[in-house]
Amino acid sequence: MVKHRYERIGETLYEETLENGLRVFVFPKPDFGKCYAFFATRYGGMDTRFQLNGQWLDTPMGIAHYLEHKMFDTPDGGNALQTLSATGASPNAFTSTAITGYHFECTDQFWENLKTLLEFVSVPYFTKESVEKEQGIIGQEIRMIEDRPGWQSYHMLLEALYQNHPVRNSVAGSVESIAQITAETLYQCHEAFYTPSNMVLCVAGNVDPERVCQMAREILPKEAKPPIPRDCGENEPKEVFARENSRVMAVSAPLLQLGIKCQPAGDGPAQLRQRLLGDLACEAMAGSSSPLYNRLYEQGMIDSSFYCGYIDYPGCAFLMAGGETKDPEGVRDAILAEGARIAKEGIDEALFQRLKKAAYGAYVRGLNSFENLCVEQAQGYFSNQDPWTFPEIYDSLTRQDAEDFIRAWVKPEQTSLIVIRPGEADQ
Amino acid sequence: MLPMTELLLAPGVTLRAVQTNKFKTSMLSVTFLEPLTAEHASLNALLPKVLRRGTQRYPDLEALSAALDDLYGGGIEPILRKKGEVQCLGFWGSFLDDAFVPEGANILENAASLLGELVLAPAGEGKTFLPAYVESEKENLVNKIRGQVNDKLQYSLSRLRTLMCEGEAYGLDKLGTEEQVRAITGERLYARYREVLETAPVYLYYCGSADPARVEQAFRQAFSTLPKTQRREVPQTQVVQAPKGEVRRFQDAMDVGQGKLILGFRTGGGFQSREAVAQGLLFNAVYGGTTNSKLFLNVREKLSLCYFASSSLAQNKGLLQVYSGVEFANFQQAEDEILAQLKACQKGEITQEEFEAARRSVVGSLRTTLDAQGRLEEYWLNRFVSGTEFAPEELAEEVGNVSLEQVIRVAQAVRLDSIYTLRGKEENHGQAQV
Repeated sequence: MVKHRYERIGETLYEETLENGLRVFVFPKPDFGKCYAFFATRYGGMDTRFQLNGQWLDTPMGIAHYLEHKMFDTPDGGNALQTLSATGASPNAFTSTAITGYHFECTDQFWENLKTLLEFVSVPYFTKESVEKEQGIIGQEIRMIEDRPGWQSYHMLLEALYQNHPVRNSVAGSVESIAQITAETLYQCHEAFYTPSNMVLCVAGNVDPERVCQMAREILPKEAKPPIPRDCGENEPKEVFARENSRVMAVSAPLLQLGIKCQPAGDGPAQLRQRLLGDLACEAMAGSSSPLYNRLYEQGMIDSSFYCGYIDYPGCAFLMAGGETKDPEGVRDAILAEGARIAKEGIDEALFQRLKKAAYGAYVRGLNSFENLCVEQAQGYFSNQDPWTFPEIYDSLTRQDAEDFIRAWVKPEQTSLIVIRPGEADQ
Repeated sequence: MLPMTELLLAPGVTLRAVQTNKFKTSMLSVTFLEPLTAEHASLNALLPKVLRRGTQRYPDLEALSAALDDLYGGGIEPILRKKGEVQCLGFWGSFLDDAFVPEGANILENAASLLGELVLAPAGEGKTFLPAYVESEKENLVNKIRGQVNDKLQYSLSRLRTLMCEGEAYGLDKLGTEEQVRAITGERLYARYREVLETAPVYLYYCGSADPARVEQAFRQAFSTLPKTQRREVPQTQVVQAPKGEVRRFQDAMDVGQGKLILGFRTGGGFQSREAVAQGLLFNAVYGGTTNSKLFLNVREKLSLCYFASSSLAQNKGLLQVYSGVEFANFQQAEDEILAQLKACQKGEITQEEFEAARRSVVGSLRTTLDAQGRLEEYWLNRFVSGTEFAPEELAEEVGNVSLEQVIRVAQAVRLDSIYTLRGKEENHGQAQV
């Protein structure tokens, strides 16, 4: 295995690529009682159209998430969620726009749990009955998130920013779309995306890294397969699809969700650099240390629910801000005006240096969490970058970089405003 | 083992420090413990929010933000918690540990000092808060109270507690009410501030790489102007042993697509001693606390009625809540199954596998508490409020001693008190789409 040492953040990492193409990462954590394992595939809510065995397939929206639920069923009629939790482990899984990940945390019986994890994720087992049964559970999960104003506004924002990119898909799908899912399509999706060469295994804990690799070699399929073609919504226009949208929900105050569409940097180190830069630009413009934030807070236009940041997925990137406000249009206009001011006058150098220090500290603080460590490592690997080079990237970022970024993207034609308004919905 | 050192800095002022090198951060908190009362709930809720607006040295948000950025992006946030019938108000801070910053940055001393300033040296001329800060935070608090409805599950849980525990302090919301917030004046708030400073028990906490002597020194320095007064004991929580009469039913209607079903039970007493807490945790894990529990396996996995059906135990209050999100048409079926599973626990229909899985899950969760700074802080505060002291490792050991019979006895003491449902405005709408 290759050993990497990251002195500035106090982390050691072991890395290995197995014969079947699986990439394995292990963070040794001798001081901790718990171990965490994360097994993920580069397959998420956006990957509904892909080529399998020479044929293009269009699969229902929400299928990656549905597959995640159904993977826990094992051929012996059992359920891996129960098998894992019976040892005292805390297992779970999530599906995001670009990845599906299965994980557990435990303080005991790690190797037995790792074996369970590798087995259930690599062996699909679906029946007509078990697939139908899940409709009720996922249907309720969809109803639950649809009642969440924050989820609605975020989903509406993606639909407004993007015309073609499949990030527009709701990761969980709709009650209607998941009704079309069959055992056969689930098997096809598993075959397409759950191949070791499209996956990554990350472990953090007091464990022997070699033994992790050894277990993965024993349990997972031996064959390495080439990546399959997928449709990632090419030809996405530079400008936003819709400048505004709104809906009425049972909320107490208007909820703002603002997006500013940027050009994605593409896979590789440039993507990480743009992410750190985008976040700094956002902080300089509207973060809690910025002059604008403090003015808006003092005017009662925003409260402590206000946030902003940079988001990216494969093939798309945007700045986002949101929170409760009595005047969503006013907040949007103020942010655009601040962007224009910075484009002209620049960012205060002392503020920029402080923001860099704070962003660096926040990043390191996040590494306390084994989950963060492993998920970041997995996402970094899938997009061909080393996430732990962030201290050096911060060193290299300048005030001019952030100003150029704001100059390039913070413009009305790049901006979508979503508002959730309080009231009774029209049926 | 992760040893905790406790020091009494002054009568009624306790410092607890956990020394460890395993985290990249150090965590500090200061908590004032007040009895939860209708008269003071909103005042106490508003206080940390107003204090967080500025200090003598850093008079506004921008100056405070700059100071925190200089400490490598540290955070200090106001925090308000309800533990039984105790309202815990104060600040909670997380900073990059001294081990990860250039030599001489002295994060601990600077962070503690900032914490002390927020509590003891508010912006203004003295004897009063800045009126603009009071007014704007009143507005924010009103919005927050109104905004509770936005999270339908938390709202439903809170509604059940309010309705079920009417007349008990536990029925009060930790934020108080909109009317109470509106009635607050700057004078009244400042008077309350002085009362809290002078009479409430103070709980200070640190977890990070510094040794206890250095921590003590930093906190003594930072809180040196804390009034040296006689402080109250930690407030007590009144336990209602059993429901007063028939099961009560409450419901609200709202424009939602999914219904919420909440059942409130009395557990026949609170859980304070090490033995009682261990038994209570284990019962909850068997019944509805884990993905191997009876509720998860039956209400969700067997009947596919919901995405979640869980239980949680308020140890100090002796109150158990079961909550689930279900289709409106399935309220009755879900309720029947939730009660049938409790009956099963009471009759001792718990297999050895279920019991051992629950035990491993509780033990695992207690052990991982030692690996998570935030959960450890919460754990030690809970113990402080309960007045019974034992470490997570000791509690885990105790869980190992609990017998099946003891868990069955906990189940047998559980009595249904109230049921709350959040329904749709037009229920047919919800059903028609399925």
